[in-house]
Amino acid sequence: MRNVLKKNLARAVLGLSISLPFMQGAAALQPLQAIGKGEGVLNVVAWEGYAQDDWVKPFEAATGCQVNAKYAGSSDEMVALMRSGGGSQYDVVSASGDATLRLIYGHNVQPINMALIPAWKNFIPQLKSPAFNTVHGVHYGVSYEWGPNTLLYSTKTFPSAPTSWSVIYNPQYKGAITVPDNPIQIADAALYLSKTQPTLGITDPYELNQTQMNAVVTLLKSQAKLIKKYWALASDEIQLFTSGDAVVGAAWPYQTNTLQAAKVAVADTIPAEGATGWADTWMIAAKAKHVNCAYEWINWVTTPKVQAQQAIYFGETPANTLACREMDAQQPGACAQYHANAPASYFDRIKFWKTPLTTCDNGKNDCLDYSAWQREWQNVKG
Amino acid sequence: MQRFLSAFGWRHEGAANAALLGLPGIWFACLYLAAIGALLVTAFWTVDSLSGNLIPGFSFTNFQQLLSAPVYTKIGLRTIGIAASVTLTDVVLAWPMAYAMVRLAGPKLRAALMAAVLVPLWSSYLARVYAWRLILAHDGVLNWALTEIGLPGLHIGYSNWAMWIVFSYLWLPFMILPVAASVERIPPSLLEASADLGAHGLVTFRRVILPMALPGMVAGAIFTFSLTLGDYVTPMLVGGEGSDFIGNVVYANVGVTNNIPFAAAYAVLPLGVMAMFLLLARKLGAFDAL
Amino acid sequence: MHSRSLIWAAVAATLAFLFIPVAIIIVYAFSAAPIPSWPITGFAVHWFADTWNDEEVRAALLLSVEVAGVATILAIVLGTLAAMAVARMKSASREVVSFIAVLPIALPGILTGMALAAYFAFWGVNLSYWTIVAGHATFCVVIVYNNVIARLRRMPRSLTEASADLGADAFLTFRRVQMPLMASAIGAGALLAFALSFDEVIVTTFTAGAQNTLPLWIFGAIRLGQKLPEVNVVVFAIIVFTAIPVLLSQKLIGESGRVAR
Repeated sequence: MRNVLKKNLARAVLGLSISLPFMQGAAALQPLQAIGKGEGVLNVVAWEGYAQDDWVKPFEAATGCQVNAKYAGSSDEMVALMRSGGGSQYDVVSASGDATLRLIYGHNVQPINMALIPAWKNFIPQLKSPAFNTVHGVHYGVSYEWGPNTLLYSTKTFPSAPTSWSVIYNPQYKGAITVPDNPIQIADAALYLSKTQPTLGITDPYELNQTQMNAVVTLLKSQAKLIKKYWALASDEIQLFTSGDAVVGAAWPYQTNTLQAAKVAVADTIPAEGATGWADTWMIAAKAKHVNCAYEWINWVTTPKVQAQQAIYFGETPANTLACREMDAQQPGACAQYHANAPASYFDRIKFWKTPLTTCDNGKNDCLDYSAWQREWQNVKG
Repeated sequence: MQRFLSAFGWRHEGAANAALLGLPGIWFACLYLAAIGALLVTAFWTVDSLSGNLIPGFSFTNFQQLLSAPVYTKIGLRTIGIAASVTLTDVVLAWPMAYAMVRLAGPKLRAALMAAVLVPLWSSYLARVYAWRLILAHDGVLNWALTEIGLPGLHIGYSNWAMWIVFSYLWLPFMILPVAASVERIPPSLLEASADLGAHGLVTFRRVILPMALPGMVAGAIFTFSLTLGDYVTPMLVGGEGSDFIGNVVYANVGVTNNIPFAAAYAVLPLGVMAMFLLLARKLGAFDAL
Repeated sequence: MHSRSLIWAAVAATLAFLFIPVAIIIVYAFSAAPIPSWPITGFAVHWFADTWNDEEVRAALLLSVEVAGVATILAIVLGTLAAMAVARMKSASREVVSFIAVLPIALPGILTGMALAAYFAFWGVNLSYWTIVAGHATFCVVIVYNNVIARLRRMPRSLTEASADLGADAFLTFRRVQMPLMASAIGAGALLAFALSFDEVIVTTFTAGAQNTLPLWIFGAIRLGQKLPEVNVVVFAIIVFTAIPVLLSQKLIGESGRVAR
């Protein structure tokens, strides 16, 4: 817990050091004071599975805000969409922790008045004002749900669950492995190396200096020869497993749920080396045209019922503590299955996505920033 | 008024041409050429990585990055190579259909064949690529058919082979049409003369038809080459490991990392290649055959 | 003749090649499973009703038809004007115009899309229905232009001179002599331009705002993975509805094209 605090402090210091021009920009944006009449339309950028009819249709009926959803496959895409066309094309975005800071520092999102979000007081403490969506005490988003990046495997090839991430680097499965096409995937390899090659000194998989990055890239390049396809969209991976092109890979619980619902023989697990994960935040565009509907939407999806529906559908964990009971009501045992009542220690074990910056925790400034990660990822893919 | 303008235009041909070209000229200059020009200018700009703001100026950073990392050259060569092989494949595949449509078929059959070539163009490009994904998959239609007749399955789904097949498939109508049009323009008297001189079918084809249809083939090649060169959707859907095209890198830097200057710099490559291709095509008379 | 039957065999093979994926699309429109796999486990027709009831599909289809229609009309106007001008010009300037006209299609779509998106953003123009139309019209011009100029090349200048001799001014000549002769070429170009605009996805991705044309909707549905049968149904419907008009237009264009010679 103390380490997390220290980390947050370090990031706050970083934030301060690059934020002077930012502060000037931020002063111009004022959060909404009261929710007014709905504008009738809401343009949403979301992960696949985040705008399901199950809770969108009741929302549209209750508020009159018609939802137009645009699905993105990666945080990078979400950032680009939110910045496109002058920044007013979309109203809300479900950004993960590795995109939120970029949106905040790019002045693409507006501060949120948490007094207008009644569910907020019931959030788990770590997600009330996390460093990835709260800067200088100003909230730029409302935490939504979080989940791990899992190891998905075909139960025909692996009768029992693999215990180590080494299977996705194993030449034995050449041509049948799939991992996400996302530069942040470098962190997964870094996490694996932090346990298998401790001499590299990797403590935080998102803070890598050039030497550490070189070792990670070597591992990833050898993996590239074994990859069938880098999945850009969750549906890509679902197709790969359905048609037998892949037997093991990195995934989200959403893919496991969807494949199992389609009676494909798969299962997922978190191996011994641990996992990276993502915590999503709903943010409102700085130039959003439909701010009232945006607030209505956020309030709708943070209610225990919708939090539970979303958690069960995607296989993730709600931020709202009151959702646990709803989850068990909708699907018995779901609350425990998706760790909705897990202790803080479980939450702290997951290495959540965050934007790599040049400052490292050890006080030095020689870590690589995100654009370096993007270049290295293109290098790996070839 | 009308007669005055008409007479004026008749006497001053230049003015008349300018009046006709005026509207399209303004459209292209102000909307298209200006946009492309502006994009090329941004190739010399840079971007702030955290906020994504463009930093104007004049710097070769993007070009240096492109030339220093070998992966970009590799991707460029891969894109050009596959575009060229798709073009050659389509030229070969287009001939039977084009020749039959123009020389062998009666008017009713010809209209039917023409319609048959056009109908796939009306079924969504995306849906057809996705259909190929299903065909070439590990447990897909192709492998099912192969195993039914006792042959081993192919593992070409999600690979450069898959992309070659899919691209050749997609642009085939764009090659058939100009080739057919150029075969149509060959006067039958020439073919009769060739027969009179004793040349049998294949020789006539090689010595008379093929050279005269060259403009049509080059016109078709413009489509197949450029459409493959700039595509990123097919590599995304049926490409595998090591299948990224120039378009994918550009898309990743525009639609995803928002590093437009870098994307613009990389886009100079296909721009340059196409400009050279078009100049060559002009020499071979393709612009008369489009 | 031996070689003739070989050629016809090749034609049959080419047709099979062209239509196998189309057949797959149609077959999967009747598949029960939301995620496609082979062989097909169950058949269902409920996807047809689901797709018809899906407002997003209807809105996207309508938008695509509107955009393609307006873009085609713009392309007809711009392309015909340019072709008429170029038909009278010397070959050097003729080639410059042809070169510029073919650029939007010859250059990679992502380049055109990127350039237009950045350009619109620069001028503060919001991405909307009109930006989509502007992009589509630009690359459709060359299709009409090429068809018209090919026709004008076969039209002897003596026709316009005869019309002038008979006392008609340029505008009357255009209406009564040139237009009827160009009509089928414009029609052929318009058909192809409409098809191109209707199916375009790359440039549209960059020039569309929050709207969805049909290809954009299909792209989104493919990403979502669970709406694939709806995609197959929509494409099946389009094939059915366009096959007859395409066939009819080919017969008409073929005949009138011959008349002009």
